[in-house]
Amino acid sequence: MSAVFDSLSRFYASSIGKKILVALTGLVLIGFVLGHMIGNLLIFVGRDAINEYGHMLQTALHGGGVWIARLGLLACVLIHVVATVSLTKASRAARPDAYGRHKAQVSSTASRTMIWSGLTILAFVVYHLLHFTAHVGNDYATYKTTLHGEAVHDVYRMVIAGFSWAPASIFYLIAMALLCSHLSHGFSSLFQTLGISTDKTEPVFKKAGYAFAGLIFAGNAAIVLSIWLFGYGS
Amino acid sequence: MSNLNLHLKVWRQNAGQPGHFQDIEAPEIPDHASFLEMMDIVNERLISKGQEPVAFDHDCREGICGACSMQINGVPHGPEKATTTCQLHMRKFRTGDTIWVEPFRAKAFPVIKDLVVDRGAFDRIQQAGGFVSVRTGAPQDANALPIGKETADAAMDAAECIGCGACVAACKNASAMLFVSAKAGQLNLLPQGQPEKDRRTLGMVRQMDKEGFGNCTNQYECEAACPKEISVRWITKLNRDYAVAAVKETFGNSRKEAGGGD
Repeated sequence: MSAVFDSLSRFYASSIGKKILVALTGLVLIGFVLGHMIGNLLIFVGRDAINEYGHMLQTALHGGGVWIARLGLLACVLIHVVATVSLTKASRAARPDAYGRHKAQVSSTASRTMIWSGLTILAFVVYHLLHFTAHVGNDYATYKTTLHGEAVHDVYRMVIAGFSWAPASIFYLIAMALLCSHLSHGFSSLFQTLGISTDKTEPVFKKAGYAFAGLIFAGNAAIVLSIWLFGYGS
Repeated sequence: MSNLNLHLKVWRQNAGQPGHFQDIEAPEIPDHASFLEMMDIVNERLISKGQEPVAFDHDCREGICGACSMQINGVPHGPEKATTTCQLHMRKFRTGDTIWVEPFRAKAFPVIKDLVVDRGAFDRIQQAGGFVSVRTGAPQDANALPIGKETADAAMDAAECIGCGACVAACKNASAMLFVSAKAGQLNLLPQGQPEKDRRTLGMVRQMDKEGFGNCTNQYECEAACPKEISVRWITKLNRDYAVAAVKETFGNSRKEAGGGD
């Protein structure tokens, strides 16, 4: 038993071990941002569509489903952040004296700023959860509507109200731009870390990563912009 | 043939002391000189003026030993692709250019003097598994062990690594993954390397971590800087081999010590 844990802690202590955990949790989070965006786009289908979707998430597995998902995602975020912060600190320590002149030849700006885009996204996630899940500093929790004769949370009205306030919309847009930047490197990078990339698939993963990053930005920004600038739903 | 007048900014440092850039004028450098020959000329002039010459590493001067290093204008081995510093010609520069010359910088490569760094960390990584244990004595018959042409070629591509450390120098994290992956990969790919594959992979990666190199972030600056154009696909393979070896080590049967008998 303890031999297994000794080996697991050795795995986590190693550079490649940590990177593999970052890649696997990144893959889960990539799946999540896609599902989350598709669900949110239901706002364009109509009030009942997104409310029914929200109600389904809240009541799946007698209300347990949402907590299983939350705890799973929380674990992924924690591992992803703790491991990358530790890797980044070790990498900084590996070059204590900076070059007088250093020229990056092939790496993208997005790839060189992963820790900053990542930490900003983390701050955004906290804000986002306080804003739309915990309803801190707003009365969104009292928004109710009737669906199939049942009183349910009015997600539609909450989202419209949330993005009618400019500072929130601007922060959401900045966060989505940084998420787009983060994904543009992270998506293809995870296949390299998991030892899957080949000369033939690497360019495909790279293009798929750019397309995915663009899609996540476009889908989420469309919701914010259509409500904030074009008055959708009000 | 023409001569170049160059301005150099050269890193001067003694081990354990803080360093600084020294401005050195290098007039009338023949453009057919190599970068190291240019440094030789500069040193001759410094010596004749009674000043301390610039210490730099060099040996074969034909691009195969891995001794020469230097970060030239922010790029390991200078601006030419797939070229070591000793093979870099001064005709790649223009008269009037300012050239920054620095050592390869990494915590695992401490500066010995000026541009000379201690790359002993690479030797210790090799000692941790970068070999195959073979019986001594008469060699095996040629072709007794069939190896596919593609496999042999790929192993030779990795074996081209001269261990110069340009990958570490180019990486923003000072990661040694390209070096380690080439050295582990060339053996892990071949039948001769199979018996010790897992032990080699775990040993070399752990030694790499212990030496204080940084962590790879898949940006491939190493591949761009490598004078031997080692592919980052070797890093993919090292990641894969490491994952497999770690899973086997974690969940596989423990190693039994051979009993002494009675």
